[in-house]
This record gives sequence, structure tokens and C-alpha cells, in this order.
Amino acid sequence: MNKLVKEAIEKEAMLATRRHFLQSLGTGIGSLAYGSALWGCSSGSKGQQASTRIPPHFGKAKSVIFVHMAGAPSQLELFDYKPMLAKFDGKECPQELLEGKKFAFIRGVPNLLGPKAHFLQHGQSGHWISDHMPHLATQADKITFLKGMYTDQFNHAPAQLLMHTGSARLGRPSLGSWVSYGLGSENENLPSFMVLASGGKNPDAGKSAWGSGFLPSVYQGVQCRSAGEPVLFIKNPDGVNSDIRKASIDAINAVNEETYAEFGDPETVARMAQYEMAYKMQSSVPDVMDISKEPAYIHQLYGTNPGKESFANNCLLARKMVEKGVRFVQLFDWGWDSHGTSKDGSVDFGLHQKCLETDQAVSALIIDLEQRGLLDETLIVWGGEFGRTPMQENREGQKQSFYGRDHHTEAFTMWLAGAGIKPGMSLGETDDLGYATVAGKTSVYDLQATILHCLGINHEEFTYPFQGRNFRLTDVYGKVINPILA
Amino acid sequence: MIFFHKRSWLLLILAIGGIFTYTQCTDTQAQETAMPDVIDYNYHIRPIFSDRCFKCHGPDANKRKAGLRLDTQEGAYAAFKDNPSMHAIVPGHPESSDAFQRLITKDTSLRMPTMSSHLTVSTHEIELIEKWIKQGAVYKPHWAFIKPVKSALPDADEDWVRNPIDYFVYAKMAEKSLKPSPEASKEQLLKRVCLDLTGLPPSLDMQDRFMKDNSPQAYEKIVNELLGSKHYGEKMSIQWLDLARYADSHGYQDDGLRTMWPWRDWVIHAFNSNYSYAKFVTWQLAGDLLPQPSKEMLLATGFNRNHKITQEGGVIDEEYRVEYVNDRTNTFSKSFLALTFECARCHDHKYDPISQKDYYSTYAFFNQVPEKGLFGTIDASFADPPNMSITTKDVQSILRFIHKKDTASVDVMVMADSSKRRPTYVLSRGNYDMPGPEVGVGIPKSILPYSNAKYGQNRLGLARWLIDPQNPLTSRVFVNRMWAQFFGRGIVKTVGDFGMQGELPTHPELLDWLAVDFQSHSWNIKRLVKQIVMSATYQQASSVTSAAQQVDPENIYLSRMSRIRIPAEQIRDQVLASAGILNPEIGGPSVKTYQPKGLWEVATSGRGSLMNYIQDHNQDLYRRGMYVFIKRTVPPPTMLIFDASNRDQCEVQRGRTNTPLQALVMMNDPHVLESSRVLASQFSREKGSVEEKLTRAFRRIVCRAPKEKELAMLKKYFEAEQASCIQNPKKVQKLMKIGEYKQDKAAVTGTTAAMMLTIQLIYNMEEAIMRV
Repeated sequence: MNKLVKEAIEKEAMLATRRHFLQSLGTGIGSLAYGSALWGCSSGSKGQQASTRIPPHFGKAKSVIFVHMAGAPSQLELFDYKPMLAKFDGKECPQELLEGKKFAFIRGVPNLLGPKAHFLQHGQSGHWISDHMPHLATQADKITFLKGMYTDQFNHAPAQLLMHTGSARLGRPSLGSWVSYGLGSENENLPSFMVLASGGKNPDAGKSAWGSGFLPSVYQGVQCRSAGEPVLFIKNPDGVNSDIRKASIDAINAVNEETYAEFGDPETVARMAQYEMAYKMQSSVPDVMDISKEPAYIHQLYGTNPGKESFANNCLLARKMVEKGVRFVQLFDWGWDSHGTSKDGSVDFGLHQKCLETDQAVSALIIDLEQRGLLDETLIVWGGEFGRTPMQENREGQKQSFYGRDHHTEAFTMWLAGAGIKPGMSLGETDDLGYATVAGKTSVYDLQATILHCLGINHEEFTYPFQGRNFRLTDVYGKVINPILA
Repeated sequence: MIFFHKRSWLLLILAIGGIFTYTQCTDTQAQETAMPDVIDYNYHIRPIFSDRCFKCHGPDANKRKAGLRLDTQEGAYAAFKDNPSMHAIVPGHPESSDAFQRLITKDTSLRMPTMSSHLTVSTHEIELIEKWIKQGAVYKPHWAFIKPVKSALPDADEDWVRNPIDYFVYAKMAEKSLKPSPEASKEQLLKRVCLDLTGLPPSLDMQDRFMKDNSPQAYEKIVNELLGSKHYGEKMSIQWLDLARYADSHGYQDDGLRTMWPWRDWVIHAFNSNYSYAKFVTWQLAGDLLPQPSKEMLLATGFNRNHKITQEGGVIDEEYRVEYVNDRTNTFSKSFLALTFECARCHDHKYDPISQKDYYSTYAFFNQVPEKGLFGTIDASFADPPNMSITTKDVQSILRFIHKKDTASVDVMVMADSSKRRPTYVLSRGNYDMPGPEVGVGIPKSILPYSNAKYGQNRLGLARWLIDPQNPLTSRVFVNRMWAQFFGRGIVKTVGDFGMQGELPTHPELLDWLAVDFQSHSWNIKRLVKQIVMSATYQQASSVTSAAQQVDPENIYLSRMSRIRIPAEQIRDQVLASAGILNPEIGGPSVKTYQPKGLWEVATSGRGSLMNYIQDHNQDLYRRGMYVFIKRTVPPPTMLIFDASNRDQCEVQRGRTNTPLQALVMMNDPHVLESSRVLASQFSREKGSVEEKLTRAFRRIVCRAPKEKELAMLKKYFEAEQASCIQNPKKVQKLMKIGEYKQDKAAVTGTTAAMMLTIQLIYNMEEAIMRV
């Protein structure tokens, strides 16, 4: 614990300096702006509908880190242990499971595929966790499984949109945008909703997965990149350093003050404040995005490698962000779409590789948040957009060269840990083959309702007026999953 | 752990709303105080009912409670089924109107709205309803469904008014005890009208010319010149491209290249040629169905093919085909009727008289295209059938407005109807695989009844219905959108929703006058535009007095001109044009300019020609903002940061945000730095004092002469930078390397670099990107 305390003291000292710096910055006319003109629009919308903005009280969670394994990891190789499926490995899938069902790629009658991993029970909770996730297994008692998840979308983009925006179609605000809209930010120097992607590619749903939909665009997630410029255009051009930039912003705002004197438009004052904010972000964002100054034991814990784009780096960044008051951190890691069309896309080798890349880091995230006392105010959510079939995929009716599973809507597993969640629980059960959820059925809307609940938001009352009606994240669905709440 | 102050240092001062601001406030100006003499159903009562009652007692039959509907006179006056002596509303008698009694009862188990709805009706609203019932509880059709008529011009200050618009605006101002602002200065007026009509700032030459012209016609001469400019069509097109969701890629996961730009060139051409709105709309909706359609008419129909198209293997063909038809239906209703038809895709509309059956009847018009949901994978085509090939010969003869740059022919998607009619069904809950009853073509009858015999059963019929003089919406919707383009806010603020939940017009008589006038003058768009910019209302100064700010912060009553931050594309235009490096070419394939590295690469499915961003060079780098390539899943970042549409779906009104990311773009985008460099280098070759040069730069960018104080500030900044740059030649070298525009070596000096930084400062003035 000594290391941590030392680190904390050093950090306090550093921050104190910076705080002073920021305060002295804010003494220009820009600081006046915060008090008055910037709030010019806060008088709300039509009558009653304005009251939906959340008052500043919180649930158990102050922040959320949503770890989305894009492509959808196989629950049958990770957490949903099905010995019976092993027994029927290679047998034809029973007809009654296929009748009237549609799959993305499976055609005709596929064969069942036994789990391609070894399962053991872990901790007091006795959670079944496969040998793909040895690190996570050590954290078993801190996490709670939802094994009865289901969705109604079997293609990546729509399923991801459903997971993050409550609708499979474009145009709705994402979870993080709703949360930023409702709860605002705790840090005036950083955006309240930040997004990090790894795995070489953004998720299929693209920016819409963190878009603000019909909410004001200021609530959209700001994607930071762990390689290259962390936020677009944040870097000063070559030849311009921070001092020059400060001088130019002062000069810009001095001239803008003249403009304000002439036109009296509050927008001018807002613009001036944005220049101040931009300047703050120019130092605060690269600062939060810089993991090179983290001590060695932290790098060992996460398995991080500064300067490279990796899931591990993003996990550490997520911790840094919530530590600095970022409300919602969305991680995406691409590469979990194990169809069995290639070695990398197989549920044995490929999936194992993905676990090697991520298992240690996500476990480290739990450990690190806990040792900083942040786990009891941060909610971690882990999962994909749907599950994978208990059947071997037979794309175009052909036998595949590798073990692989198709997209599956009827059962998948997610886990939660941290603020508001009863640790070490497991809710939901699938049938003996792991095909469908038979108990503790949990919809995507239920999950969303629960996340909002942990943040102190009632998902049924949290609405925004658009196109003549009040919209909410969960539309007309969703029930808070009470059994797993602390 | 006592040392560990988690987050203790955080400044818990601001919610994010305070850091960023959003100028599109959504509040209605609640006028709670005054009790009108005559209570009007549409303006006073319906907003309350619609908001608080219609959800359970409105048009949606499936959600109706107690069999009561309050949105129709028949429903409200009818005897209760279970108690025929009771009525919800008895005209003249609030005391025997059960609906009213339920509002005022103390018994919470009976009171409406129910406790569980979390809705309440204020005392003032209850008084309005009571008075309305006493006055006879007269119902009226929704305002937007009543055909507009021209009313007489109200009284106004004859010294101020210039054309009919002003009479209506003046009367409204007088009602609120507001006075018009003085006329804007000539400099402001010129900048305003240039930006509004061409999207480009006035050149120094034009500024000089206008300032010297003291004739009473000086302004009108400029207006005529701008209306005749080739850039007028470009400026007018941008709003249409948003609404038509024009893009250069197909969207969805693979997001491959498409070649719809010849259609975009046509839109510019149509505005420049001043096609009447009737023709403009008819060709786009039904050009293919006109007798012996020309290639140009066919090209226009590309409007209905601009929606996203999937190229992802494994999708269900019909599911996506249905999605495309939905997109056309929604785009049609939103852009031409300002109605939210999409709400009725899955169930009857909750507020507007649009049933699910109505929705699919309109859908049926667009359901006849011989197309597939998935035509092929990413390399299959840039223009899925039905399509049309445009050859060099076409471009040399009939389609001269298309800026085709090589000899290869280019394919564009167009509309066609199958010879065999595809039956249309109501789709249960909007699902493609849950067909219900079959429907024919049609339109919700409360707008204007659709007669197959009169109009015909295809899209051409739909176009005829749309421009029928009896149609209450078409002209109003267009006129309102044009109004919003010039004033920053529509007469109906919700430009995309004229339905029950949309806002009421702030100047209903003005809207109707303009709508009728536009229609009766052959839908002449340039005439309408000229009418607007020639009005005294438009020519007012935009300074805000504190009194006006108090009474009318949103400038609803137009006692001043609005100040508007210019749209994303124009910010780019403004920067390039004022530096003299804008390439004025019109149309052609879209261009890929400077963009931060790696954006496309991380968002690609790994297939197709748009996997990697391959930047263009030379003159293509300096094209106008509207020609910057739009890849739907990764739209150009600087455009998005300034609120451009991502072209996913029909968008009739952009947001207007004010964020720190915008400040970062203006400070660090290579285009701004490069433009500053080029202009500074040019100045280094010109004669004149520092003040003269700064004045020239200021006039080019801000479009007015700097005030003495401003000039002094700029000069001071310049001198400080000059001193530092001369000390630091390395910095100068680095700075003057930004951008690909050729740099004159002799100009790479500390003085030029300091001038470059000072010019960049001017670009970062708030006023530089404002239409004042």
C-alpha cells in the first residue's frame, strides 16, 4: 500500500500546481462567462418536459466503464459451462431448436459443437470460469454474471446500436450521452463521456455507438486515440508552443471582448469560454492520456505498453479517466467474432488469443480501482452485443476448417462489477445445450435500466422531448435487475 | 489512506451544460400571464390537450382509455357509453363538462392527468380551458391542415417598412412593445447578404465598390449580382443535400464508394437556373414517370436513391429493401410535409392524424422500385440498379452542368417503377416479415384527400398532389425552411414538424402570406429569396440591446437581425476565399482534403476502395466545403465538429453548438494555418505599412475595417510575435511548412511568420465565423 500512498501524494502536489495555474487562467472575462451567459439556454423545454433533467444526487455509482468486446465473445468457451454440450459434440442439432429460427450464416442442419475450453469453479462464489481467463478467475468473487442475456438483433451493427442506444436503428442517443446529459461532468477540464477503441478497428456501429442522437451534440462521446493525437486537432502545430498558444488565446479573447461590446451577443462570451476550455483540454487531455508516467508496478499489473494502441492501455486509461471525474468511459475491443472461418477467428485458438490480450488488463482494472477505493463508486460492465451458437457454423452449408460459432441472439453472458452490484452472484441460466435462456432472462433494456439505476437514474422518468414525444433510453421496455443490486 | 483524496481536487462547479453551450434552446416562450379575449382552439387549447391528454385520449385507438377521445369535436361532445347523461365537454357549460371537472376535482383518484403520468395542468391552463368551454368549445382542424390565405397587411410604421414581410413583423413587434433596430451598416449588410446568397465573403473589390456606391439602388444591385452568381446555387444546395441525405458512400458496415455526385451537380444547376419549386420537386419525385423523360429528369430522381444501402453479406434481402422504402417515405414526409410519418411505421401516430395504414399507403408509392436489399458486395457497384450511365457525350450536349473530369462514363442511381405492381401490406410493428392487410396508395386524408382518379396511382400522382394549390403544407413548409435559413429560426421553429407536437408559428399571418404569395408566383425561389433579403426586417442591425435581450432573448419577434455562426462548409469557404486560394470550380467528384491520419483506417471493414484515406493534392485541396468527400461512417471531422449533417438520414435543421473542439479546429486545422501562411507571404511581396497590411487582412476576413483599438491590439500582438520569431528561425521554418500550397522561399522570414500568426488570430475572432 505504501507505493500507492506515495504516488497519491506526488499526484496531489502536481495537481495543486496545475490547479493554481488553471485558476489564474480563469480570471479573464472568460471566467465571468461561466456564471451567467453560458446558462442562457437552461430554461428548459416545453413546460413539464424540462423537469426530466436529473437533479444532482447520485446513486452508488458515480462513473461507468463499459467494456464492450465487439464482435461478441463466445459465452460457451468462457463462462457458460455446458458439460452436456460436450457430450453431444458433433451430433446434429435437434430440429426443434432450428425451426422458425434465422441465423446470420448457418444454413440447413448444423452440428453441435462442444466447449473448446476447460472450466473450473473459482472463489467463494464458485463461478465457472474457463482457462481462457485465468486472471479474471482470481477476481471471481468481485464479479456478478448475467447468464440469461438475450437480444433480438443478430448482425453486429444493429445489435451494438441496440446495446448502446436502445434501438437497432440509427438516431438515438447512446447510453453515455444520456448519462452525460443527465449527470453532467465532474471535471471542467475533460469531456464527461470518453471513448477508447482497440483491436485495430472501431466497432461496426461506428460513431453512432457513442453518438448523441437527438440530444445536443455536446453530449456525444469524445473518442480519444491511444496512438497519435488523443483528440483531433488538440496538438499545436509545429512551431507553436503552449506559451505562444496562451498568448494567442489571450489576444483572441481580448479582441472578442470588443466584439461582445459591440453586439452584446451572449454567444460571443460562450465562444470565449470555449477558447479557454480548449486550452485547458490541450494540457489535460494529453495528460490523462499519457500513461508513461505511471509507476512500473502499474504497468506490470495491466500489462501496458505506453505509446501503442492496446486494450491494456485503454483499461489503464479508463481508470485514469474515472479517477479524474470522467462520467462514462466506453471501451471497445474488436476481434471477438469467432466464426471459424480462419485460425484467428476460431473459438479455440483465436478466442484464446483475444483472451491473452485482454484478460490480465480487465482483471487489473478491477484490482486497481479497488485499491484506490474507486470500485465502490465505479460500475464496470463487460460483454458483447450478442452470444454465439452452441452449433458449429456451416457457412453456405459447407464444413468450416476451424472451430467456430455463429451469431446467437437467444443467450449470452455479461458481467458487472463494482458500484451498486452485489458481488459474486450469478443470475440466469441456459438450457443444457446452452441454446436458450431458461431462467433469469435479461434483456438489453433490463441491463440499461440497471446501469442507469446504479447511477441514481430512474430509466422510466429520464426522458427527452423529441419529435413531439418524450423519448427514453429504454423506450417502453426494461426492468431494473433487482436481485443483483447491492 | 488518509492521504488519498480521491477526486478532492476536482472542481465540482460545472455541469457539462455550463462548459459547452447549445444555442438551440428548446423552450417555448410560455406566455402564462395574459388571458386572451377569444380563446382559440389551435393556439391556446390544443397545445395543452396534445401535451397532457392525447396520449390516452387521442388518435391512437389502441392506447385510448375509457373510449374517450378529446382530439375531435365528435369525440369530446359525445355521450359516455356507460353513462349517456355524461359528456366530456358540453359547449358553454364547464360545470357539466366531465373532462373539465376531472381537471379540478380534489379527489386524486379521479383527477386527470393521472398521478402516475407525472403530468399536471397549471391553474392558468385550467382557466383557459374553462373560458374556452364557456365560449362554446369550438374545435378547429390543426392549423397546418387549413389552407393558407393571404390576410390584409396590418398597420405599421410606413417609414420603416420596405415590403409586405415588414408589415407583419412590425405588427408583432408592436404587440410586444419592441421597436425595430436601425439599419445595419453597409459593411455588415454586404457581408451578410454575400454569405447568405453565395456562402462566400465579399472580395475587397466588391467591398470597395459597394462602399463607394451611394445610390439608393446600391444594395439591390448587389443582391441582383449575387442572385446571378454561379455560387448562389451552391449555397442554396447545402440545405437540400442535408434533407436529401446526399453522401459519397453507401453507409452501413462496408460503406463503399457511390457515385451520386452528378445528382448533386444537378441540384446546384436547378437552383442556379431558378427552376420553380414545383418543377424542382416533381422531377425529383417522379422525373422517370413524366412523358418521355429526358436524362436530366431521370437524374433528378436520384433524390430517392440517396439513402444508405447495405453491402454486408449475410443480411436478409427483404429486410433491407423495406428499410430503403421506409427511408424514402420518411424523407418525403419530413422534407415536403414537415410531418413525422415515421412514428406511424409501427403503430398509429400518437398525436397526428396519421394511422399506420396511412403510413403504408404512402409507403406504397415508393415500394415499386425494381431493386434489391443487397445487390452485391462492396465491389459490385457504385450505383446499384436501377441506374443510368452518363457519358462524355451527354455532358457535352444535354447535361452540360455535370463536372465530369475524365472520359469514363459515370453511373448514378435513379428511380423506376416495376412493370408489375408490388403489393404493399401494413407491416405489423414495422417488421418486414409480419405483413398484415394489403393497402393501396394514399396520404393521410386530413392533409388533403388523395384521389386516385385525380392524381394517379404512382409517384407522379404524389407529386401532383404535393403541388396542388389546395395542399395546405407544401408551400408553407418550403417557405418556412427558407426563412429559417436567413433568420436562423423558422416562423415555425420546428421546421421538420408542423404536426400537433410541433411549435405553433410565431407569425402565422406572415407565414400564410408568404406561402400563398410564393405559390401564386409560380413557386419562384429566387423571387422569394429576393423578397426576404430586400425586407427591412432582414436589413436591421444585429446588435443586441439589453432591453431586447430581456424581452426577447431568442429574437422571436425580430426586432434585430439574428447573428448566426456560419455553417461548417462555409467556415472552410470563408478561410480559403479570404486567403485567395479557394478553387471556385463547381461540381464534380468529391475531394479528399487534409484530414488527421488514420480515421478511415480504424473504421473500415477491410473491404472496398474507401479502406484507406488517400488525400488529394494541388487544386483539389482548395475546393469548397460542400465538395469535401462524405464517407458516412466517418464523415469529415471538421465538418461534424461544426454541426454538419452526417447524412445518415433526412435532416432539415442542423444543430448549432459552440464547443471547445471548434476552437481547436480554428487554432490547429492545417487549412486555417496554411491560409494564414499564404496570405502572409502574399503581403510580404506587397507594399504598405504593417497597419495597412493588417487592415487588408482584417477586411478580407472580417469584411469590415478594424476599429482603432482592434488594430492596435493586432499590431501589438504582431510586434511581440515578430520579435520572438526573428529570434527563433527554427520556429519560423516549421510554421511556414504547414500545408502543401507552394511557399515562396524568400518570404520565409520572422516578419512573415509573425504576420501569419496574426492573420490566424484574425481567423479565430468570433466575428470571423459569424454572419453578423
